[in-house]
Amino acid sequence: MITLAQMLTLSGILFSLSVAGIFLNRKNVILLLMCVELLLLAANFNFIAFSRYLGDINGQVFVFFILTVAAAESAIGLAILVVLFRERRSINVEDLNTLKG
Amino acid sequence: MLIQALFYVFAAILVLAALGVISARNPVYSALALVMCFVTSAAIWLLIEAEFLAVVLVLVYVGAVMVLFLFVVMMLDINLAELRQGFTRFAWLGWLTALAVIVEIVGVVWARGGLGIDASHGGTPESATYSNTLELGSVLYTKYAYPLELAAMVLLVAIVAAISLTMRRRAGLKYQDIDAQVAVRREDRVRLVKMAAEKRP
Repeated sequence: MITLAQMLTLSGILFSLSVAGIFLNRKNVILLLMCVELLLLAANFNFIAFSRYLGDINGQVFVFFILTVAAAESAIGLAILVVLFRERRSINVEDLNTLKG
Repeated sequence: MLIQALFYVFAAILVLAALGVISARNPVYSALALVMCFVTSAAIWLLIEAEFLAVVLVLVYVGAVMVLFLFVVMMLDINLAELRQGFTRFAWLGWLTALAVIVEIVGVVWARGGLGIDASHGGTPESATYSNTLELGSVLYTKYAYPLELAAMVLLVAIVAAISLTMRRRAGLKYQDIDAQVAVRREDRVRLVKMAAEKRP
């Protein structure tokens, strides 16, 4: 049987890989969105592991809501991306300097 | 023992696919690797008996969200060379952060021996009559009824926002304006003209 420590280790590895992905692909907005999806997946792993090993179904309900919000987030994010590309003909983060941030 | 072996195989595939997501040259390959990640995660969730969420992950993520990602990646005409520029500039920082996170999480988890949580419940498989969907549904529609409806509202708002952001009206397009058609009045269309009667020939 899989132990809790194994699940937590796997989700930790997944989480840190997606953090590394944000550093590596810091110019490409699409890949940043994908890395955020991967981060959320790693968080869901923790929720499901704890839910299973504590025998508490509430953790899985929470994963359900996280999936909902993540789907809404990626839909709006991609819509913004499409509008951005129409305006600028580019999705490079370095071109987004209108706000002088 | 079989479950343990399967877990290691799936975990290896998952980590390799995640590496593919963050290092692929082409965003299309990244999206496909992310699909692989989600499918493998669903398999692992099946192994620890979270069946409903595993199915939902495949349906919602692989079936809807990743298709959306692929559409957008293929629709945009991106200059890849420019985006790849400076890929390795902060790579060392990224890998260093990743390594630090792994060492911290793994260190804490293994040093504390499962965080002092009584994990004995997960050690035994559920009985054959156990239904994960039933368990989830029985709290989702009672205790979490209001949050569920709020989640539905969030999705509705997301639909409206996504459509209103990306919809555009082209100039010079001929289409029916139903509002204007319904709101039309007699005075707008009919004009009575007074004129002298014609003489009979």
